[in-house]
Amino acid sequence: MSAGVELANVCADFGKFRAVDHVNVTVKAGEFFSFLGPSGCGKTTILRMVSGFIDPSEGEILIGGQSVRGVRPNKRPTALIFQNLALFPLMPVWENISFGLEVRGVDKKARRAKAEELLKLVDLPGAADKAISQLSGGQKQRVAIARALAVEPKVMLLDEPLSALDLKLRQHMRAELRAIQKRTNVTFIYITHDQGEALAMSDRVGVMSQGKLQQVATPQEIYNHPANGFVASFVGENNVFPGQIESMNGATAVFRTGAGAFRASLGPGVTRTTAAKLYVRPEQTRLVDTPPAGTNSIPVEVADVAFEGNFINIQVRNGDGRPLVIEARNDGSTRVPPPGSKLNMVFDAEHAVILADETRSAA
Amino acid sequence: MNDLVRRYGAGLAGTFIVLTAFWLLVLVILPYLYLFENSFRPYLPVVDIGGPKDVYSLNNYLTFFESSIHLRVFTLTIVYSSVVTVLCFAIAYPLAYYLSKVASSAVVPTLFLLLLIPLWVSEILRSFAWFIILALKGPLNFGLLGLGIIDQPVRWMSGFRSIIIGLVYTYVLFMLFPVYNAVQSLDTNQIEAAEDLGSPWWRTHWRVILPHAKPGIASGAVTVFMLSAGSILVPTLLASTTSRWFTEIIQQWMFESQDWNTGSAYAFLLMLACTIFVTVVMRLFRVRLSDIAK
Repeated sequence: MSAGVELANVCADFGKFRAVDHVNVTVKAGEFFSFLGPSGCGKTTILRMVSGFIDPSEGEILIGGQSVRGVRPNKRPTALIFQNLALFPLMPVWENISFGLEVRGVDKKARRAKAEELLKLVDLPGAADKAISQLSGGQKQRVAIARALAVEPKVMLLDEPLSALDLKLRQHMRAELRAIQKRTNVTFIYITHDQGEALAMSDRVGVMSQGKLQQVATPQEIYNHPANGFVASFVGENNVFPGQIESMNGATAVFRTGAGAFRASLGPGVTRTTAAKLYVRPEQTRLVDTPPAGTNSIPVEVADVAFEGNFINIQVRNGDGRPLVIEARNDGSTRVPPPGSKLNMVFDAEHAVILADETRSAA
Repeated sequence: MNDLVRRYGAGLAGTFIVLTAFWLLVLVILPYLYLFENSFRPYLPVVDIGGPKDVYSLNNYLTFFESSIHLRVFTLTIVYSSVVTVLCFAIAYPLAYYLSKVASSAVVPTLFLLLLIPLWVSEILRSFAWFIILALKGPLNFGLLGLGIIDQPVRWMSGFRSIIIGLVYTYVLFMLFPVYNAVQSLDTNQIEAAEDLGSPWWRTHWRVILPHAKPGIASGAVTVFMLSAGSILVPTLLASTTSRWFTEIIQQWMFESQDWNTGSAYAFLLMLACTIFVTVVMRLFRVRLSDIAK
């Protein structure tokens, strides 16, 4: 039913520009896999290579273990959901959905039945005869999904399909997409620049920057153990301190920064000479009056407090005026320090990590 | 109207309206009305004009229906104008698709320039050029003979062949540009979506691109058909012994017989027939007038 996708040393060149640089990754059959990265990082190019609109300049793409080099998109077992959906506005909903079946010579009655069935699956019954222009954004989304599912693809490719929706609908559709993927068990390859989407929906995430794959891991792994500075700052918030390693002791080190020297854990591949920075997540920091002896602490002054309900976002500045962020969970009795309070920001060595600046270079 | 005044002020808005009204009334409607009125009056010596013989009748129109030759020329003009329209579409559609969706944006301006250069030469000269090209001992036959494609010269200027070639050449761009605009406005993702869903190229054209381009095609088709049916230059210059175009008959009534009254009647019949024909064809292809205006 579903098939895995393997990218073996794949490169894509546009003239002198290398959009995708030696990407190696295996997406398992039935997996929900996301490529996450800023715009221009090459993720859409990867999608277009898997769907067959462009061929890799180097390397091989295998779908279900078979190389698909030179196979046109209309002969591949993939279905692509476009960023703007690309529904056919002159056809009613059911003809849109059954277009792939029409192409395969399925008779009209069977096509209609299949379209109705898929409309139920995407929770849009009774919309078969509507015009595309009569649908709302979320409904169009569902029709696009149904249209792609109609051809029973082994791999479904989604190019930021939720980016045009408003926040509420986007969150709803995340859960919906995830549910459809689990129900159909089709391999989903999802492209997004929205870390929230990638983390919430995916089994695994591949973070990309400048055509290179930086890290492939589960969402928890990506967030808790980023491979380098790029992944850490692209996924989630961080307090970042430039500086250098003063001394090393096994997996921990002392890192000298402008705000003081801190004990921290070493990120993957970081050695004494690596250009690196210290990363501390706001939710791993606390504000205290007097720091316990032996912990990392920075004297700070509270600049601004944003009460968000379930958490409190506190903007502070240290002695050199560097802005730092602390995120405290609101348990109902959490103290909200007034701006101007002079306190100490503390964090544990195991939650402060020294990560390499350089994004991972090609193998 | 209020919008116009608010945007440009009373003076400028008034000038626009007066100029437009002048063009419409004096340069378009008035001459038509003059011909229309004349078409119901008999052709008389100058002294009798305004006299007792100068009464309105349908005699000029009846002249047409009583002449089997004129009826035949009329029908053939409509038929061959349709042929020209279809040929123009057959040439323009692939070209429009290529220019809007295949050619890289760097070469498109050059290609458009190449297409437009022939328009810099007057229609008469271009028709003469075809007259020479199509001549029995002309360059086309010379070339085809030289390449061994034919073994004796083809008499191109026989029947309606040369007129069709000339009209297609003259009016093909009037088909190309609206079709180009229509295809251009189609989201390329839709073409890719169709292909991604397994559609072969011809079905993508049939189901996605052509339906989208229909208003442009209709607009081009109406223009080419009307221009062809109303053309006088090409049918005169590239005529063969057996080809007669309806406009030539109108011209003969007006300039050779000096009978403007019957000529006017014929001109109105042509206009009426073309309008009916176009309306019927648009109905057949389910195109609305408002689609074309877009």
